[in-house]
Amino acid sequence: MQVSKVSGQKRQHKVVLYALSTCAWCKLTKQFLKDNDIEYEYVDVDLCEEEDKQKIRQHIQSKGGPLSYPTIIIDDNMLITGFRKDKLKEALGL
Amino acid sequence: MTEITLEIVRQRAEADARTYGYYLNPDPQFLQSLLEGLKKNEERYGYPSCPCRLASGKFEFDRDILCPCDYRDPDVAEFGACYCALYVRKDIYEGKTELKPVPERRPLEKQARAYGAAASPTETKREPETVTTTKEEVQEVSDTKPKLWYCKQCGYVVFRDEPPYTCPICKAKKEMFTEIKTQIDFIG
Repeated sequence: MQVSKVSGQKRQHKVVLYALSTCAWCKLTKQFLKDNDIEYEYVDVDLCEEEDKQKIRQHIQSKGGPLSYPTIIIDDNMLITGFRKDKLKEALGL
Repeated sequence: MTEITLEIVRQRAEADARTYGYYLNPDPQFLQSLLEGLKKNEERYGYPSCPCRLASGKFEFDRDILCPCDYRDPDVAEFGACYCALYVRKDIYEGKTELKPVPERRPLEKQARAYGAAASPTETKREPETVTTTKEEVQEVSDTKPKLWYCKQCGYVVFRDEPPYTCPICKAKKEMFTEIKTQIDFIG
């Protein structure tokens, strides 16, 4: 699976972003995390192999999330669907 | 084949917005990124599927998310924007109403098709169709047999595996569609 890492100064949370390479909301989310200097990992799900898509689907659904993008998983226990600035700020302590 | 340019994608979206009384997203950068997504999907799949949804790459599975998708009209009516916010209502375009993320209306079983054939066992399968043929087909795409459907409200006819979410002509709900049964007799 092609996992891209974006480095940042704020590393107190493990942030995983599932995105689509074509999605405008996903782009906004990536930009938001970068602007706030948050270190995070992302996967563009549409560019993945079938096998990895299955794994991602299971991961998202095991956290109770819908199969919508962007999906942000923080510290492997909190899931945020969609680009929701308020929720992201709260979860990341911004 | 004519090359797909951003300008073609933009003009198509503009024309469609005009026809239906919608507006395109007022944020030029956001709009640009959506149009680029549509272009990319058309180039890699052969059709402009929604840039904000995971496509399967198989036309018959993605038909409902071809832009403008089946869910655009009900979403613009209810939330002021379609799922990816390419098409918006006038009040959003003018900035009178704040644009918020639109929840996914597409049924989960359709979304699941983009994640490969091996569906999880807990998933509810689609309801069995009333099959008139005696042969049972176990092919991978056996659940997508196009049929003729007509809208009881306006008479619009469509050839698909199932009726659209809403009628594109009169906006009647899916329930207003009935299958047209056809029978072909070969004599002589």
